[in-house]
Amino acid sequence: MADRVGLDEDEVSVGINPAPGPDPEPEAETRPEAGPDISDVKSTIMEDKTCLSKKMEINVSEAEKRTGKNAMNMQEIYTVYLIETRPQDSQNDEDSSAPDSLWRRYSEFELLRNYLVVTYPCIVVPPLPEKRAEFVWHKLSADNMDPDFVERRRIGLENFLLRVASHSTLSCDPIFYLFLTQESGWKEAANETGFQAKIESTASVKPGIHKDLKVDSRLKALNATFRVKNPDQRFMELKHYGDELQSIISHLLRVRARVADRLYGVYKVHGNYGRVFSEWSAIEKEMGDGLQSAGHHMDVYAASIDDILEEEEHYADQLKEYLFFAEALRSVCRKHELQQYDLEMAALDLTSKKQQREELATGTVRTFSLKGMTSKLFGQETPEQREAKLNVLEEQIADGEELVKAKNLECDDFIKDAWADIERFKEQKNNDLKEALISYAVMQISMCKKSGNPQQRTLWRSDESLRATFGFLHKWNKTAFCDGKVLMLEAQLRIENDADSMSSLVQRAFRKIEFV
Amino acid sequence: MPVHNHQQPDQMLPNGTPVETSSPASSSSLLNRLQLDDEPNSETRDLFVTVDDPKKHVSAMETFITYRVSTKTTRNEFDLPEYTVRRRYQDFDWLRSKLEESQPTHLIPPLPEKFVVKGVVDRFSEDFVETRRKALDKFLKRIADHPVLSFNDHFNVFLTVKDLNPYKKQGLAFITKMGESVKYVTGGYKLRSRPVEFAAMGDYLDMFSQKLGTIDRIAQRIVKEQAEYLVELREYGPIYSSWSAIEEELNKPLNGVSNCVGSCCITLDDLSEDMSEDFLPVLREYVLYIESMKNVLRKRDQVQAEYEAKLETAAYKKEEKQGTPTNVEKCQDRVECFNADLKADWDRWQSNKRQDFRQLLMGMADKNIQYYEKCLAAWESVIPLLQEKLEVKSESHS
Repeated sequence: MADRVGLDEDEVSVGINPAPGPDPEPEAETRPEAGPDISDVKSTIMEDKTCLSKKMEINVSEAEKRTGKNAMNMQEIYTVYLIETRPQDSQNDEDSSAPDSLWRRYSEFELLRNYLVVTYPCIVVPPLPEKRAEFVWHKLSADNMDPDFVERRRIGLENFLLRVASHSTLSCDPIFYLFLTQESGWKEAANETGFQAKIESTASVKPGIHKDLKVDSRLKALNATFRVKNPDQRFMELKHYGDELQSIISHLLRVRARVADRLYGVYKVHGNYGRVFSEWSAIEKEMGDGLQSAGHHMDVYAASIDDILEEEEHYADQLKEYLFFAEALRSVCRKHELQQYDLEMAALDLTSKKQQREELATGTVRTFSLKGMTSKLFGQETPEQREAKLNVLEEQIADGEELVKAKNLECDDFIKDAWADIERFKEQKNNDLKEALISYAVMQISMCKKSGNPQQRTLWRSDESLRATFGFLHKWNKTAFCDGKVLMLEAQLRIENDADSMSSLVQRAFRKIEFV
Repeated sequence: MPVHNHQQPDQMLPNGTPVETSSPASSSSLLNRLQLDDEPNSETRDLFVTVDDPKKHVSAMETFITYRVSTKTTRNEFDLPEYTVRRRYQDFDWLRSKLEESQPTHLIPPLPEKFVVKGVVDRFSEDFVETRRKALDKFLKRIADHPVLSFNDHFNVFLTVKDLNPYKKQGLAFITKMGESVKYVTGGYKLRSRPVEFAAMGDYLDMFSQKLGTIDRIAQRIVKEQAEYLVELREYGPIYSSWSAIEEELNKPLNGVSNCVGSCCITLDDLSEDMSEDFLPVLREYVLYIESMKNVLRKRDQVQAEYEAKLETAAYKKEEKQGTPTNVEKCQDRVECFNADLKADWDRWQSNKRQDFRQLLMGMADKNIQYYEKCLAAWESVIPLLQEKLEVKSESHS
C-alpha cells in the first residue's frame, strides 16, 4: 500500500564501522585464524543518493574531559566528543584539507534527538547509545567516566550521526546540519523551532530504555476512559512486536553479562595451573620441559579471555542499539494511536453536535440531556434563542466537518509515511542483526581456535621422542653406541626440545619403528 | 615359596658397607629400563595379565561389580598356562595389602580410589566402571612386570584361585623372608644419617605430593566454575529461540544460534564429567600412593637405624663367633636388601609416574581440544544460515 520513496533501487552499501575492536595481541605460540576480522565487518545502511552521508564524511573521532559549572552552579566533570566533518568529494588524499570540527557533549545529542523525534513523528528515529552503563558484568565498569565506556559511547554517537545522515528525510533537516557544522547558536536555533512545546503533546521522546515507561498524560487518560476504536491493525501488531523485542533483548543482554562473568572465572582459574606446573617442573628431570610449556600455555589461555570479552562487548552494543530502536518503534505506534484518538474524538464531537442540531430543529429530545430537562422544567426557549443556537451549531458543525476531514487526511498521511519508514527500518534491522550475529559467530569461532590450539598436545612430544629415540637406538644397535654418543644425542634433543629438529638418522629410525 | 632377590654387590655405600644394587649407572641398562617400560619385549616377558568384562552382581545384601582377570603364562610357578577368574574391587584391595605386608621393601603400584561419595558419583555408571577397570588393569600389569612382585605367592593365588574367600579369611603365611624380618624390626632407633639418595626421594615425594594437592584443588575449582558457567549458558540459548518466534526473516538464523549454544552446553557437560571421572581420581590415587611410599621409606630408615645401633653396641662387646651369622650381620643384610629393592623400584616408579602423568595431561589436553573443536563446528554451522537470503521477501501488508 505505501509507496516507498525510491529506496529500493538506490540502495547502496556504505561501510561504516560501528565497532572497530582492538586487534587481539599476537601470541608467541598462536596466531588467530585469518577469518573475517572484527574490524572488517560492516553494517549495511540503506541510503538514498541525496543523503547527507553521501555528500559529507562524518566522524566522531575523539573524546575529552571538561570541567564546568552545571545548572545548579556546581562544579562538574563531563565528556565532550569531537565531531569532524569533511566534504565527501575531497578525493585527493595528499591535499585533503583539515576537517571542520566541533565539540559536543552527550546532552546536546539528546537535545538533537528529541528535536528530531518531535519534528518527524512518523520516522523511526535512530537511538543514542545508553545514557548509563547497564547490563554490566563484574569486570566492566558502570562508571560513565571509565575510558572503555567513553570509547564505546564515542562509537555509538558516531553510529547515530551516520544513521541520521543516511536517512532520506532526517538528513535534510537544517537543524541537524547546524548541529554538525555550527558550534554555537545551534541550541538556540533548535529551540526556536518551538519543538519543546510539542513534547507535551506527543508521547515521551526520551532515548534509552526505561523500566517504567513514561506515558503521556493524555494517553494515560486514554487508557483509563476511552480506547482507540479503530487503530490500524498493523500498528498494533508492530507495537506488540516492539514490546516483545524489548523484553527479549533485555533478557538476552542480562544473561549474556552473566555468561561473560562466569566464562571469565573459568579462564582465570586455569591461570592458577601456570604457577603450579612451573613449580612442579622444577622438581622433575625428564618431564620438566613439558610441564614448563604446559604451565606457560595455561598462562596464555587465562590471559586470552580479556580480549575475547572485550570484543563481545561490541556485539552487546549492537544488540543494545536495537533494544533502543524498539522503543523508537513503539513511540511511532503510540503517535498513531494518539492521532487516531484525536480523529475519533473529533468525529464523536461532530456526531454529537449534529445530533444537537437535529434536536433543536425538530424540538424533540431524543436522548436525555440536562438541557432538555431544564427546558421542560423552566420553559422552552424563545424562537430567537433557538435560532441563535442553531446558527452557532451550524458553524460548529461546518468547522467540525473540516476538522474531521483534516484529521482524516492527517491520519492517512501519517500511516502512509510511517509505514514506509517502518518497512525501511525492518529491512535495516534484518540486515544489521544478521551482520551482528555473523560477527558474533566469527568471534566464537576464533576463540575456539585460539583456546583449542592443538599445539598444547605436542608439548609432550619432546619427552616422548627422547624415550622413543633411546628405545630405537637400543634396538638398532646395542653395541654401536657408547655412553658418550647417547648422552650427546640426549643433550641435543633436550636443547632443541622438538622432535622435528632431530638428525636425519634418527628421523629415519622414527619412521621405521612407527612412533607418532 | 618365598622368593628373594640377591645380587652381587658391586658398589659401596659412602660409609664403606657394600650395597646391592640392580641399577647400574651405565646407559645401556638405562636403555634397557626405558625399553622395558615402553615396549614390553615379548621375548623376555612370560606373564600376561588382563582385566576386562565388568559385570554387575545383585544379591540380597549388596550390589557389586566383578571383573574378569585373565592370565597367560609360561612360568613354572603356575600349574597351568592359562587362567580366568572373577574378582571384585575388595579382592584387589586385599592383594595390595598383602603385597605391602609381604614385600615391605618394594613400592607397590596404586589402586584406584576405594571410596566414592555416593550420590555424587554413580558407582555403577558405565564411565565410572570403565575408569576403574582401566586402573585395575594397569595395577595388575605393573605387578606382573615387576621382577620381584610378580613372583609373590599372594599374586599367584589372586590370579589362579577360583574362590579367593577362603584364602582371604585364613590369612596366608606367604610372607617372604625379607617381609618377615622387616616386620619385626623394632622402631625407636634414631637414624644417624640418611643416605643422600633416600633423602632426595623423601624430599621429592613431599614436594610432589604438595603439587598434586594444589592441582587437585585447582581442578575442582575449574569443575565448579564450569558448572556455574553451564547454568547461565543453559538460560542463554533458549532466549534466541524465543526471539526467533517473533521474527520472520531472522527466524532460522536465530534458531540456529539457539541450537548452537545448546550443543556447546552438552559438550561442556561432557568435558566437566571427564574432568571429574578421569582426571581427579588419578591425582588422588597418586597422593595415596605417595603416602604408602613414604611409609616404605620410613621403614627403610628404621631398618638402617637398627643396624647402626646394633653395630655400635657390637663394637663395644666382642661377640663375634666364626661361621655363625650374628645379629649385626643380619641387620646389615636387611639394610642392603632394602636399599637395593627400593632403589630399583624407585626408578621403575619414576618411569611409571612419567607415563601416567603424560597420559593424564595429554588426555586432558585432548579432551579440551575436542571440546573446542565441537563448539567451533557448531558455530560454523550457524554462519550459512545467516548468509541465506530469503527467496521471496514477505509482501508488505495491504
